[in-house]
Amino acid sequence: MASVAELEKVVPQVRRDIVRMIHAVNSGHPGASLGCTEYFVSLYFDVLKHNAAKFDMDGNGEDLFFLSNGHLSSVFYSVLARSGYFPVKEIATFRKLNTRLQGHPTTHEGLPGIRMASGSLGQGMSNAIGAALAKKLNKDNSLVYVLHGDGELQEGQIWEAAMYASAKKVDNLIATVDMNGQQIDGSTDQVLKMGSLRAKFEAFGWDVLDLEKGNDISSVLSILKTAKEHTGKGKPVMILMKTEMGNGVDFMMGSHKWHGVAPNDDQLAQALKQNPETLGDY
Amino acid sequence: MKKFTYTEKKDTRSGFGAGLSELGKSNPNVVALCADLTGSLKMDAFAKDHPERFFQIGIAEANMIGIAAGLTIGGKIPFTGTFANFSTGRVYDQIRQSVAYSGKNVKICASHAGLTLGEDGATHQILEDLGLMKMLPGMVVINPCDYNQTKAATIAIANYEGPVYLRFGRPSVPNFTPADQHFEIGKAVMLNEGADVSIFATGHLVWKAIEAGEQLAAMGINAEIINIHTIKPLDNSAVIASAKKTRCVVTAEEHQMNGGLGDSIAQLLARELPTPIEMVAVNDSFGESGTPDQLMTKYGLDAVNIVEAVKKVIARKS
Repeated sequence: MASVAELEKVVPQVRRDIVRMIHAVNSGHPGASLGCTEYFVSLYFDVLKHNAAKFDMDGNGEDLFFLSNGHLSSVFYSVLARSGYFPVKEIATFRKLNTRLQGHPTTHEGLPGIRMASGSLGQGMSNAIGAALAKKLNKDNSLVYVLHGDGELQEGQIWEAAMYASAKKVDNLIATVDMNGQQIDGSTDQVLKMGSLRAKFEAFGWDVLDLEKGNDISSVLSILKTAKEHTGKGKPVMILMKTEMGNGVDFMMGSHKWHGVAPNDDQLAQALKQNPETLGDY
Repeated sequence: MKKFTYTEKKDTRSGFGAGLSELGKSNPNVVALCADLTGSLKMDAFAKDHPERFFQIGIAEANMIGIAAGLTIGGKIPFTGTFANFSTGRVYDQIRQSVAYSGKNVKICASHAGLTLGEDGATHQILEDLGLMKMLPGMVVINPCDYNQTKAATIAIANYEGPVYLRFGRPSVPNFTPADQHFEIGKAVMLNEGADVSIFATGHLVWKAIEAGEQLAAMGINAEIINIHTIKPLDNSAVIASAKKTRCVVTAEEHQMNGGLGDSIAQLLARELPTPIEMVAVNDSFGESGTPDQLMTKYGLDAVNIVEAVKKVIARKS
């Protein structure tokens, strides 16, 4: 178990990685990646039972994580590298020709830590259910985690999967929705208002947990611990996690405008000033 | 012309069901998923014998493909079952990202392909599925010709690591291939050696090619007939060797001309051995309601159409 202080030390370094990666190739998705940094750090440095040094696709006996909103690749790659899946220096190849760190995550280039391609939205919950069913068949009592964006819930396949997971009692699954309230064209309320996600998932038969402070390590750790305790009781578990898009970089915070825009040189310098180097840059 | 006989007509989908049932007994990693068409896909026996390995997904094909991809993580070999239209066009992006690009060991098994689905009409009669599937990098595409071959193919693909599209159909057709055949993915089957024309047929059109071969023999035309059960990877050397010998080619399939078997063979021959070719296929059209036989006649997929194509292509030989 890592201490909160140790995890809090990882967070600014991951944020540095995110903005440096995206700045270097002038492309990528900083907003939601920054907003989910605490979730990823908590998961990979504390919550997950996993073997980073020896990645195995089947992951028998390990907890599995699926990233359904694949455009958060920068935070995913940073955390995978810094938790030991591949060399930290490889982060520098992000989105460059011949890289294993493709724009959106893929198994195609054999990058350790990735079990499914994602990017085209709405597919990860189905994938996670499949992996969770395989674990049940294998009598493997470890868990399956999946992360979604809130805008992503506008995809119909999510609701096919949500219906299935509760009807078939897939209770070794912990899904999280990143509720940053933003999507490409504006706020989720402006683009396609979804109403109460708690009411929707409850109506679909899920055990729903709320996390108000998705950018606070202690709160994230605490809700993930609670979620774990709620598994194995006949219902899939959903965490509705409120985060701030662009968290940790003041001029990126709270706006949909930084969904898929790279910082320029000055903006990078500002962002780095706000996030001190703690573990050494790649 | 070699004589082909059969004792009964059977549907290819039942061959799939029998193969899956056998796999259920022999391979504990095989799991099956169905989107509310268990009876139509003949998956009932597997579902009954192995309830813990059978997943009734409901009418949610996108979710079915996604779950199948996830099940491979942990070593399962998922076979998905629904109609060909809902197995391909409806879920193309799910197959593309979660199965093909992710390189998952999923077997997409599709029944009621083509016009022979019959009375339900064009909404259900997909004639584009082979093209859709063969365009995906790494996807193996198989379209067996009868019950025995579909059963053998179903068993064979469980032993192949990687994504596969297996297409079969609804109507009863002559079951003429051996029950004990060895099914080799990507290996064309020589049915009749001939010298005057090469007929490459797939699926339900294989028996029609045999009927055409008999009619042609009566006219003194000696047709070479080859069953291409695997559209991709295509047996390039078998196609080229036959075309070299006969110097003209006819292809036959229950599919659009665009994107089907004929398209694959024409592409190969244009590159390697330019040869006159005629295609018996649906030409840029949707189907409609009718009996399977009526539809095959109306859309030009009968033995007589193959005979006409042969005459035409022989006349084009230099």
